[in-house]
Amino acid sequence: MNIKINNNEFWANPGDTILQVAKREGIKIPTLCYLSDLSPTGACRICVVEIENGQLVPACAYPVYDGMVVQTNSKKVRRSRKSIIELLIANHPQDCLVCVRNGCCDLQDLAAEYGVRSYRYVGEKRSGKLDLASPAVERDPEKCILCGRCVRMCHEVQNVGAIDFVDRGFYSQVAPAMNRSLNTTACVYCGQCIVACPVGALREKSYLKQAWEAINDPDIHVIAQVAPAVRVAIGEEFGMAPGSITTGKIPAALRRIGINEVFDTNFAADLTIMEEANELIERIQGGGKLPLFTSCSPGWIKYVEHFYPELLEYISTCKSPQGMQGAVIKSYYAQKTGIDPKKIYVLSIMPCTAKKFEAGRPELSVSHTEPDVDVVLSTREFARMMRIAGIDFTRMPDEGFDDPLGESTGAGVIFGASGGVMEAALRTAHYMITGKDMDRIDFTPVRGLQGVKESSIKIGNATLNVAAVSGLHNIDHFLEDVRNGKSTYHFIEVMACPGGCINGGGQPLPSTPEKIQKRMEAIYEIDRSLPKRCSHYNESIKTLYDEFLGKPGGHKSHEILHTHFTKRESI
Amino acid sequence: MRSEEVYKKYPRNEASNMIAMLQDVQEVHGYLPEDDIIRVAKHLNVPTSRVYGVATFYNQFRLTPLGKHVIRVCRGTACHVKGSLDILNTLEAELGIKAGETTKDLQFTIETVACIGACSIAPVIVIDDKYYGGLTSKSVYKLITEYRKKEDQADKQ
Repeated sequence: MNIKINNNEFWANPGDTILQVAKREGIKIPTLCYLSDLSPTGACRICVVEIENGQLVPACAYPVYDGMVVQTNSKKVRRSRKSIIELLIANHPQDCLVCVRNGCCDLQDLAAEYGVRSYRYVGEKRSGKLDLASPAVERDPEKCILCGRCVRMCHEVQNVGAIDFVDRGFYSQVAPAMNRSLNTTACVYCGQCIVACPVGALREKSYLKQAWEAINDPDIHVIAQVAPAVRVAIGEEFGMAPGSITTGKIPAALRRIGINEVFDTNFAADLTIMEEANELIERIQGGGKLPLFTSCSPGWIKYVEHFYPELLEYISTCKSPQGMQGAVIKSYYAQKTGIDPKKIYVLSIMPCTAKKFEAGRPELSVSHTEPDVDVVLSTREFARMMRIAGIDFTRMPDEGFDDPLGESTGAGVIFGASGGVMEAALRTAHYMITGKDMDRIDFTPVRGLQGVKESSIKIGNATLNVAAVSGLHNIDHFLEDVRNGKSTYHFIEVMACPGGCINGGGQPLPSTPEKIQKRMEAIYEIDRSLPKRCSHYNESIKTLYDEFLGKPGGHKSHEILHTHFTKRESI
Repeated sequence: MRSEEVYKKYPRNEASNMIAMLQDVQEVHGYLPEDDIIRVAKHLNVPTSRVYGVATFYNQFRLTPLGKHVIRVCRGTACHVKGSLDILNTLEAELGIKAGETTKDLQFTIETVACIGACSIAPVIVIDDKYYGGLTSKSVYKLITEYRKKEDQADKQ
């Protein structure tokens, strides 16, 4: 069918919305409550367009019909949009200067685009209490514009439902049940609500102050570790193209900030693979619980603890790479260098908000009292840190990570994308079982941004059924099958965030599907370009086992690198 | 109906029964206790936040217990013109609660109503199901004092 937008004729599919056609044809219609992939609600009305009878309709929710005539830029449309913005900011705190989203806010951008130059409406504003209780995600209901993107993300994509619309009319707000704090709910701290939020109503808990204090203390030995997905995203914060690979610039910047040593979480990812591949083989050969689920995504772990606690024994006992790196630093590395572990401060830079929560889990620390990871900064916070320190990231030279916990292989870096842990583990499991590498190192069926990727692989005499799942709503039917004893899988990788860590809750904003795609491509490009692409070829890992851990799955490994998770109650 | 019967009456995981179920729970307790909001959510396999959202959206649901006597103050146009705000202020001051709240001793709840439909005797309030019209601050004070006296005597006996 054909429709006319701004006097130009376009072809459209039946069932398309006006917005979909306009987007395809490069005609910009502003949106606030709309998020592709989520159900449209037409709640904010900012996308109104005028149709042939003079009616204003929301482009995001209005289906096209043959012969439709649409104006996206009529006088009526412009006036209406401007009024909507003026009404929204009338009920919004006027504190842009001190807001975490200053310069990265959809509402601010719209007010600028539509030339809003005064607060036209003045009246009573909705009040709401700040929720700062969780270790990872903070809520500021007064900044909320009730677009509902976070609610849809939490319910539809993550299947958690920690927050919803509460009360009504003027008193409406987005809140957890009983208006309690987020930390009393089943919130998994994935931070996807932060990614979805167009304003500053949801944000990560910042630990920059603690990080600076440690850096400024001459008695403390600060060691940073950097997660794989950070290196393909941080450039966006400094105007670099999405997918820019900045592996070498990161340690250079961290040293200039005053970090004593910079290790790579990719090293710990390789270590995780040694342990997890071994665990997979032990379970297959020894008749253990199958399928084995991966344990690197802390949002996923908390999800199981809340909603499927009876299936916890299917989860790998491996700590996450962040947890392993912290544990190895405070045991092996401290011992090797003679530095008192109490004087070592481990600062993680993660694409993730849930890692902030994970770092505080007592079961992840070797001592069970002092945390192995002392502070977790998101990719965004790391960018803020560099700006404060006056570092021009784009001009940093390429430097390497420090030894001995800085060496890594291609298997480590692909942890950053959904399917990567699976692929990395299969590379090493194949070697452990058959004594030789896979004919083709690339295992492409588990790559890509789809929420569910399934495949089978023959290793030796055995055929393994594997799946890589991201976005928590995709995992439920796998878990139901396990619960009912019907699962035919051997190994399932789960990442809480859709697409994996490249799209983590701590990554640069705004996030778009195109950017996620570029970040993913960059991850696999790094893997391709590395001389070693399998964890078992990491020389520093071999040394670590020789000098300290013994063998994968051995007694010492279990003490340092493995853990157990427990059932969690919540409202 | 007793509380357990409500949970027996509705099949598990049928989210479409949420409102009917909440109505029954309210029938049992006079309001929606938090524990029941959580239990209904588990029973229907929906997030607690969603049940709480529904419970706070509809006017028919109460999240706090109702007092023995429910005082409905008409705030419609006619009553407003005839001074219903004074009546409300007097009641709130006298009972030490705001509209929508219940006294600590669970004796009185004050609610406001848009229009009771008894404009000819404005300003009007309804206590339980008795109508009192043509009120002034003074007469409403007297009225509430009488209710309290009656309750005190009942307590003594």
